[in-house]
Amino acid sequence: MTAAGPVTASSLSDRATRVAKSASEWADKVDREARFPAEALSALKAERLMGVMIPAEFGGENASLTEVADICVILGQACGSAAMVYAMHQIQIASLCGYAVGSGWHEDLLRRICDEQLLIGSATSEAGGIGGNLRNSICAIESEGDRIRLEKDATVISYGEASDAIMVTSRRHAEAAAGDQVSTVFMKDQYTLEKTSNWDTLGMRGTCSDGFIFRGEGSKEQILPRPFAEIAAQSMLAVSHLLWSALWYGIAVDAFNRSQSFVKAAARKNPGQTPPGALRVAEAANLLQQIKGNVVSGLKQFEQAKGNPDALNAMSFAVAMNNIKVGTSQSILTVINHCMLICGIMGYKNGTPYSLGRHLRDAHSAQLMISNDRILGNTSNMLLVNKPDPSLAG
Amino acid sequence: MNDIVRELLAKHGSLPVSVDQISDDADLYDAGLSSFASVQLMLALEEHFDVEFPEHLLNRKSFSSVEAIVAALAEITGDQQAA
Ligand SMILES: Cc1cc2nc3c(=O)[nH]c(=O)nc-3n(C[C@H](O)[C@H](O)[C@H](O)COP(=O)(O)OP(=O)(O)OC[C@H]3O[C@@H](n4cnc5c(N)ncnc54)[C@H](O)[C@@H]3O)c2cc1C
Repeated sequence: MTAAGPVTASSLSDRATRVAKSASEWADKVDREARFPAEALSALKAERLMGVMIPAEFGGENASLTEVADICVILGQACGSAAMVYAMHQIQIASLCGYAVGSGWHEDLLRRICDEQLLIGSATSEAGGIGGNLRNSICAIESEGDRIRLEKDATVISYGEASDAIMVTSRRHAEAAAGDQVSTVFMKDQYTLEKTSNWDTLGMRGTCSDGFIFRGEGSKEQILPRPFAEIAAQSMLAVSHLLWSALWYGIAVDAFNRSQSFVKAAARKNPGQTPPGALRVAEAANLLQQIKGNVVSGLKQFEQAKGNPDALNAMSFAVAMNNIKVGTSQSILTVINHCMLICGIMGYKNGTPYSLGRHLRDAHSAQLMISNDRILGNTSNMLLVNKPDPSLAG
Repeated sequence: MNDIVRELLAKHGSLPVSVDQISDDADLYDAGLSSFASVQLMLALEEHFDVEFPEHLLNRKSFSSVEAIVAALAEITGDQQAA
C-alpha cells in the first residue's frame, strides 16, 4: 500500500487536474481503439481519488457530492469515457455509504475500496424488455442457507472486465414482484462474465460497456440491507443525474474552450476585426452558464436534502433531478454544435487542436443513458399532481 | 376510509397480488406499486374525496402503505374541516 499522506495533502481539484492531464493525453487513443482508459484509472488510483466520498472512519475523506461532481467536471474536460467511469463508480460508492453502513461485510468493503483503490461496476440494465427501466428486474436471488447465487442477462456493464466488484440489482427472491428488488455486491473472484455483445459505439467508447451474462455466487451478507427501491429513490437516481450532468458539462466546457481559442487565434491574426465566430462564442457561453446554473442548483438541493428521507423522497425533488439530466443532456449538444460551427472544418477534422468529433459523439450518449423519453414519461406522470415551486429563495 | 382506499388501490394500483393479501402496514412498493400507479391512485383518491394532496404529502412515504395513505387522507380532510 502506498502512503496516503503526501498525495492527499493537496486539494481534490489539484489531484483531479493531475489525473486530467494524463487522461487527456490518452483520450483520442482510448476513443479510437474503444479501449479502457487504463492510464486515467492508474492516475486516479495514484491520486487516491477512488474512495474520497467514503467516511473517514473507513479510510475515506468525507468528500461531498459537490466536490466529487467538480472532479467529474475536471475529468470530463479531458476524457469523457474516463470521467464516466469515475462517475459511475462514485454512484455505487454513494449507495454503499448511504445504505450499507452498519453491515459488517459492506463496511469492510468500504475500507478495502480506500486501501486498495478498488473500482466498482454496476449491472442494473437487463435483457428481456427491461432496458433502462432500472426499477424492475427479471433475474432473482437464489439462496440456499447462507449462500446466494445470481444469474443476470445484463445488456450493458460498463468496464465490466476491469471492475474489482460489481453491484447487481435483482428481485429479492424467485417469487418477488418485479419491483421488489435488492442490490448485491459481488467481488471479482465470485463471478464470471460471459460476453454477449461488443461495445462498438458512436461515443463513450472507452467505457467498454459490453453486454454479459453475469453469474455470481456469494453469501447473503453481501446483499445491501436496504431495499433497492429506497436506494434508487433516495440516492442512485439523484446522484446519477448530478454526476453524469457534471461530466457532460465538462465535455461541453472543453468544446467551448477549443472554439474560444479558435476565435482568439483569428482575432490575433487580424487585430481590429471581430472574427465571424465571436458571436457564436457568446451564445455558447450563455448556454454553458445555464447548464452550470442547473447543475449547481441541483447539487445545492441534494446537499440540503441529504440525510433527510422526507426531502429525498419528495416528488418535487425527483422532478428537479430528472429535469437536470434531461436539460443538460440536450443543451450540451447545442453548445457543441455551436462550437463546431465556430471551428468549421478544423473542428470537424480529427487530430487538430480544435477537433470536436469525440466531444460530439460522447455527448450524444447523454440522451440515451436512461432514455430522456423514459425520464420525461416519469416526470410527466408526477406533474399530474406536483406543482413546480416558483420561489427563487427556496 | 380504509375500505375505500383498498378499493381504489385494487382498481388503480396495478398490483401483482390481491389487495386482500396486503396488510395495512405492508410496504406497497415492495408489493409492486410503481411510481406511475401511485400517482394514478393519488388522482383517484383526489377525485373520490374531492381533495388535493398538498406539496408536503407528495412524497413516497405518503403512499408506502394502506395505513400511510389513510393517515395522509385524514390529515387532508381534517385540515379541510378545520378550515
Ligand atoms: C455510456 C453508457 C454507459 C452505460 N453503463 C451502464 C452500466 O454500467 N450498467 C448498466 O446497467 N447500464 C448501463 N448503461 C445503460 C443505461 O443505463 C440504460 O439502460 C440504457 O442506456 C437504456 O438502453 P435502451 O435504450 O436499450 O433501453 P430502453 O430503456 O428500453 O429504451 C429504448 C427506447 O425505447 C423508448 N422507451 C422505452 N421505454 C420508454 C418509456 N417508458 N417511455 C418512453 N419511451 C420509452 C425510448 O425511446 C428509448 O430510447 C449505460 C449506457 C451508456 C450510454
